[in-house]
Amino acid sequence: MKTTSIMIVGVGGQGTLLASKLLGRLLVDQGYDVKVSEVHGMSQRGGSVVTYVRFGERVYSPVITKGEADFIVSFEKLEAARYVDHLAPDGKIIVNTQQIDPMPVIIGSASYPSDILGQLSAQGVHLDMLDALSVAESAGSAKAVNIVLMARLATYLSIPEDQWLKAIEATVPAKFKELNLKAFSLGYHLS
Amino acid sequence: MKKLLIGNEAIARGLYEGGVHVVSSYPGTPSTEITEFLSKYDDIHTEWAPNEKVAMEVAFGASLAGARSACAMKHVGLNVAADPLFTLSYTGVTGGLVICVADDPAMHSSQNEQDSRHYAIAAKVPMLEPADSDECYRFAKEALRLSEEFDTPMLLRVCTRIAHSQSIVDIGERAPSPIKEYVKNGAKFIMMPGNAKRRHPVVEARTETLTAYAETTPLNRIEMGNTDVGIITSGTCYQYVKEALGDSVSVLKLGMINPLPRQLILDFASRVKRLIVIEELDGIIETHCRTLGLQPEGKSLFTPIGEYSQQTIARVLGMPEKKSPALPENIPVRPPMMCAGCPHRGMFYTLAQNGITVLGDIGCYTLGAQPPLSALDSTLCMGASVSGLHGFNLASPEAHRKTVCVIGDSTFMHSGMTGLVNIAYNATNSTVIILDNSITGMTGHQQNPTTGYNIKGDPAAKVDLEAFCRAVGFSRVCVVDPYDLAACREVVLRELAADEPSVIISRRPCVLLKSVKTRSPVTVNTDLCRGCRKCMSLGCPAISFRNKKAVIDHTLCVGCDVCKQLCPFHAIESEERN
Repeated sequence: MKTTSIMIVGVGGQGTLLASKLLGRLLVDQGYDVKVSEVHGMSQRGGSVVTYVRFGERVYSPVITKGEADFIVSFEKLEAARYVDHLAPDGKIIVNTQQIDPMPVIIGSASYPSDILGQLSAQGVHLDMLDALSVAESAGSAKAVNIVLMARLATYLSIPEDQWLKAIEATVPAKFKELNLKAFSLGYHLS
Repeated sequence: MKKLLIGNEAIARGLYEGGVHVVSSYPGTPSTEITEFLSKYDDIHTEWAPNEKVAMEVAFGASLAGARSACAMKHVGLNVAADPLFTLSYTGVTGGLVICVADDPAMHSSQNEQDSRHYAIAAKVPMLEPADSDECYRFAKEALRLSEEFDTPMLLRVCTRIAHSQSIVDIGERAPSPIKEYVKNGAKFIMMPGNAKRRHPVVEARTETLTAYAETTPLNRIEMGNTDVGIITSGTCYQYVKEALGDSVSVLKLGMINPLPRQLILDFASRVKRLIVIEELDGIIETHCRTLGLQPEGKSLFTPIGEYSQQTIARVLGMPEKKSPALPENIPVRPPMMCAGCPHRGMFYTLAQNGITVLGDIGCYTLGAQPPLSALDSTLCMGASVSGLHGFNLASPEAHRKTVCVIGDSTFMHSGMTGLVNIAYNATNSTVIILDNSITGMTGHQQNPTTGYNIKGDPAAKVDLEAFCRAVGFSRVCVVDPYDLAACREVVLRELAADEPSVIISRRPCVLLKSVKTRSPVTVNTDLCRGCRKCMSLGCPAISFRNKKAVIDHTLCVGCDVCKQLCPFHAIESEERN
């Protein structure tokens, strides 16, 4: 089988690491060969963060390069645009419509591009936009944004919902289990 | 049992199963997790040492006493530990000793991208390089065994992509490794000239024996495919080669990268039409091939700068580029920055506002160099701020009135202390600022000798920084709270004006520590805010500007109140606090 490549991108502190942990666990349980790669350290301090997840029968490279991503799950609008050149021609971007200003925008030395998602759409990029923050808040906490976005990704992969729920139970701390299962359910069944 | 592990956790597991007893390390990205994961096993001793030299010497002592031991560090940490390394090569070991070193091509979190393979060659120490987590696990275990078999310390080299990538490992059980009885052996372990002269030939002979081993060890392997192109590679580059080229080429994958085999390479070269060496950073394998009389392509095609990927290999070898959407123009960068409520911010704001020259150091506070604070003038290596400040002040008679250095608590323990002694001893009127946030921050919150806790989180002896500074000869030592801007300004200007050297300890724990209680966020009163943007000069990620007014993000603000002190119109307000 062909290797599937998924990128998870966002802003340091948004919970992208838990998302990749969940995905990694799920894919190993399904019997795939899996590689997950992310960079720790300096980039986590509010910087742009990216995680690569690849699975299939035999995975060699831990990274995803230009034109290779089947899915980009973006926790923030600008970050979707930053990595769009990694998308395969028939790839899809799942994007949380949240806007987080980077420091150059905050201090006025750059501006946040207007209608950045419109620009991507205009060149034919497949976008699945959702307000994951609101969904997470209705599940009980803004912090569950990562689970809502993973739930959206789940609707595109052929792994049964109960397998996802099992992986969530194995990955998140017990006291947040209920919140995360609810966030997943809301994200998965979102129309 | 099959588990998805990052390379560093796999190394930890391999060392554990291989019977390691003593592990001493200093944290450094991307090596830190090796020791963090080892600290979770209760049947071995793990510790954070003040620096990498101490760590390696602890591992040496444990090995001398008969225990299997290890240390872990980032590439630049090996510079600090180079002194014991070169002579450890002469003494050899009693208990197996493994030195894990993590290189950082592309400098994700480092000040240079040096290639630590040069150390293996220079110190004549064998080096293994795994290409995924499974190899991290197996090579770490094997390194402990080889160390004893060949009576040598072993280097285990990873790069960021191996250290921080997860892949599947089939783990096993810890093997018993009894601690050997200590037998005094001065001829082997007392490295004074008479003995060392007899040990050097032993080292040269060992390298020959290891070279013969490299010819046949399964650590090195050939995967024959199409013979038009043969590629010699190792580590993460092996994965990129297989990803980009599959079986369309033949591959010699080297797991042991020092010493390198001779006959194996010559045989492989004779079976292919075109020979290419693919290695990140320097052309070390390529140079070795040339000494064998081969003419491979290598650095003539591939850059010595940064990380490679399957895309690098495809592009250099002329394969068609994959189609992809175009990047929109003008995407602003999103650099890392100091957290909302970071205690370093108040001090950096004070230094920047007063036009002070600041020699910086290595840690979270290196981010003080970023706009809008732009508060740093230099960053070289661990500890260099303190020693550098002394030199800076020697070069120019009035420099000391407007120059300081900043160094974190952990970095001060690592190698700032010696520079401080030098300031007192060789007498410059220098002002040293210790940014004491009570933790090793940038590498992800490790304890250090100033925090009062050890690697397991148990209470430990705590260095008294004030008493230490006084003991080495400073009579002016003061402590300031960096959340108090007026106090920071007063203390900094007073100490710069003083006629003797001083230490300012800027003390407040990292706001991300679980033990730190944050306060309720502040709010902008839009009736009072005149949009002067003064609060924006702090570079706080919680403050942004919308509709000509400042806005504070309550999910990020921790109520440090630094911006509140700055606002000329009293527009930043906090809730009533008990």
